[in-house]
Amino acid sequence: MFRIDRRLLQNFDWLSFATVLAITLIGIMTIFSATRQPSEAAQSPLYIKQIIWMFIGIAGMTAFLSFDYIWLSRISVHLYLAGILLLLIVMISGKTGMGAQRWINLGPIAFQPSEFFKLMFIIMVAQYLSLVSGEIDLIQLLRIFLVIVFVPFILLFKQPDLGTGVVILLIFFFMVLARGLQKKALVFLLIASLVSLPFVGNIVWSGLKGYQKNRLIAFVDPEADPSGIGYQINQSKVAVGSGGFFGKGYLNGTQGPFRFLPERHTDFIFSAFAEEWGAMGTLFLLSLYLILILRGLDTARKAKDVFGRTLALGITFMFSIYFFVNIGMTLGMMPVVGIPLPFMSYGGTALLSNFISMGVLINVRTRRFSLFY
Amino acid sequence: MIVIIIGFLVVIMRLWQLQILQGAELRKISESNRLRVFGVPAPRGIIFDRNNVPLVKNTSYFCASLIPEEFDFRNVPMLAKLLKLSEEELSRKINRKGQSPFTPVRLKEGLSFNEVSFIEARRSDFPGLIIEIEVSRQYIYGSVGAHVIGYLGRLSPEQSQNPAFRDVPPAAFIGQWGVEKIYDQSLRGTAGQRIIEVDAFGREIRLLKETTPVKGQDLTLSIDIALQKEVEKAFEGRAGAMVALKVDTGEVLGLASAPSFDPNKFAKGITSDEWSGLMLDKKLPMLNRAVQSQYPPGSTFKIITAIAGLEEGTLSDETAVTCRGGISFGKWHFGCWKKGGHNTVMLHRALVESCDVYFYEAGKRLGIDRIHDYATRLGLGKETGIMLGNEKKGLIPDTQWKAEKKKSPWFLGETFVNAIGQGYVAATPLQMAVMMQAVSNGGRVLQPTLLRDAAPALLSEAGVRPSTLDEIKRHLAGVVNEPGGTGGAARSALATVGGKTGTAQVVSIRKDSKFLAEKFRDHAWFVAFAPVEKPAIAVSVMVEHGGHGGSAAAPIAKKAIEAYLLPDDKKKELINVQN
Repeated sequence: MFRIDRRLLQNFDWLSFATVLAITLIGIMTIFSATRQPSEAAQSPLYIKQIIWMFIGIAGMTAFLSFDYIWLSRISVHLYLAGILLLLIVMISGKTGMGAQRWINLGPIAFQPSEFFKLMFIIMVAQYLSLVSGEIDLIQLLRIFLVIVFVPFILLFKQPDLGTGVVILLIFFFMVLARGLQKKALVFLLIASLVSLPFVGNIVWSGLKGYQKNRLIAFVDPEADPSGIGYQINQSKVAVGSGGFFGKGYLNGTQGPFRFLPERHTDFIFSAFAEEWGAMGTLFLLSLYLILILRGLDTARKAKDVFGRTLALGITFMFSIYFFVNIGMTLGMMPVVGIPLPFMSYGGTALLSNFISMGVLINVRTRRFSLFY
Repeated sequence: MIVIIIGFLVVIMRLWQLQILQGAELRKISESNRLRVFGVPAPRGIIFDRNNVPLVKNTSYFCASLIPEEFDFRNVPMLAKLLKLSEEELSRKINRKGQSPFTPVRLKEGLSFNEVSFIEARRSDFPGLIIEIEVSRQYIYGSVGAHVIGYLGRLSPEQSQNPAFRDVPPAAFIGQWGVEKIYDQSLRGTAGQRIIEVDAFGREIRLLKETTPVKGQDLTLSIDIALQKEVEKAFEGRAGAMVALKVDTGEVLGLASAPSFDPNKFAKGITSDEWSGLMLDKKLPMLNRAVQSQYPPGSTFKIITAIAGLEEGTLSDETAVTCRGGISFGKWHFGCWKKGGHNTVMLHRALVESCDVYFYEAGKRLGIDRIHDYATRLGLGKETGIMLGNEKKGLIPDTQWKAEKKKSPWFLGETFVNAIGQGYVAATPLQMAVMMQAVSNGGRVLQPTLLRDAAPALLSEAGVRPSTLDEIKRHLAGVVNEPGGTGGAARSALATVGGKTGTAQVVSIRKDSKFLAEKFRDHAWFVAFAPVEKPAIAVSVMVEHGGHGGSAAAPIAKKAIEAYLLPDDKKKELINVQN
């Protein structure tokens, strides 16, 4: 089963892989530039770590290519339960970062289980949806929601990792929509969300931590305090805009290395990139992500079974949501939620889980011809 | 699919807006993020006295500042204790709205060396706390000469609008009073500039461009600090003014106004309490009495009446008048200061003993308009043109003035009063010194200047015969040196002094000053020149409510003359600064 044969190599999705690799390398370059120490000889080692994680990621991707993805459907429940367990461990003994517990310490490495959980969650939802025949009605929707979505959402909300919580909700609803929802259920869903919005909003608001509230306030009115709450957003816009058409040139950016830009190598890496490469660079980068997403949708269309299609859609949705929320945030169009840009932002766990997700996606495409197996 | 495409289009439109449409503007913001322009103040020119004694020093002082971004606000009470500030004041200073949290906020200025080392030792407990160095001006002789030297201050709001101060850094100190103000342009030099690349924490990363400041030009004043110091000491807490002029050039050798103020208080930024304290002080220490106050000159004015009489031929050396302690004119009685009278006196004794009745007669013979003519020719009744602020021009009345201002004819009784320097006549101590100078240098009225080696500027020629002036000088020498002379207190072993006392009535009661409350006491005047044989210095002294000129003002004039004529080594002893 764990064998890479010639047919597999022939059908391997080189385009997706090359796109993802290009984005990762651009990311590493930008991490190097954004974290460089302008006045000191010693350079930040972050980019080297990211290179190492890239290789680990490629290895992980290869591993998830080597077996038929159908196998994932069989272990989906186990994976899902393991994922819930990890989230529980984080809650109990997590390492705190930025006021949120998201990490588990494994000796020298700390990793974020929520990163992996997303994939486990997508596999679980895909498995469930593949077993449903016909359009999903209201009862089924509520059942899926309560069984699969509710528990992890609460766990993530409590961590608190609001970003990932909202992302899995969105992934879930997109996957259900793509699978096909009864009109009645859809209307109910819309009405229910509209009616409950202020109510839920209130609960969510009171459950938010101070920094999370500040981010929302800053989004609504970034000028309220340009140097405090709205500072990040403003500096990000300044960084992107100051790139102009041609950019300031690689290693000539100032917003990042001089630390005007917060989270310059993680959540706001796009701004650091845009400052140095300008509109030309951002258009190039956007087209890479467009290729990635369109190719993912194409993979879903060509998948040989419902599970594969739903799985591919889920992963593509995940990348899309991350991409749009992150870019929207750096361009001041969305509130600041701690969501990284896939394959670009610094972060080992995220990079590994993204490569693994990519491995599953390519797996679905590579094994689209049921004939060969 | 469509949703994805639309999403991309939205992102691209936003990028277009930020990078293409607002690109230039945002590029500017990112530049201003990164670049800081610091003004580097030029060392201010040093001010010297006429013997090249430095009067000011440029010193540095320390300030405690805070970068709010790095500060933990829970530490406010501890920091307040360390800096000896109240917690409210500290929080108010830190929470200044509308400024980048990376810009240091000035917490306390003018720290003592002990305070600095104390703060430095605890600095690691307070991230963001920094010690900054500022350049300041030290006035070596403190309040001595403060009214001439002046002081520094921050740009006032009106000044910062004025294009003349365009290249002055906003926080810089500039001359706001006295010589510091008059010659500010050349003293302050040209500020330099440092353009520095900084990171978000305001840390310097590298120097991009630097222009070095050009030091301000030094200035040598005509002031003799030894004279100045002796005179100000001699006022002993009384209010008044003294002006000493170099007879042949018009250089101001000394110009004092008592009480004075300490310009060092201004050099580090005066607090509003200290400022209002100075402004509300009943003794008016900020008033430069030498140029901004005018008083009736009293009997010192008799010099002018005498000159006018001699020149006009209404008076001669031999003119004799009998004084019986006063004369009656109509229903009025005009008394002489000496109740018993002077008996029959001629001009010499009349000046030496300052007989009032003699000069009533002299005034009657001249008429007010001729007195006005000579007073004006000797520099009274108009500004001398010294550049110290708000100079008063005094008042020399004549019939025309009376008709215009008082809408009434001139009375002969008024001539009596004005002929002896009372009534409407008013002059500043500076004007009286200029008059004395013109009398002693042959009639040349020179513009007083505060700079040494300045070319003498002739305001006017008095047009008085030298023989008349020589005669007057002989009489004035008698005032000081003859038995019975009113100016005996100015007699000096160093040089023959000539002078004239004056006692200007504040209220019209002839009563011995010691029985009167101080504010009703007479103003004491003394004008003098020395040496009589070859005059070098002319002095005028006025002591407010000092009583008699001979006892209150003459000793101060003597101090001024002696300090000026002292040999250099003795002078050095006088100006040795104790502190």
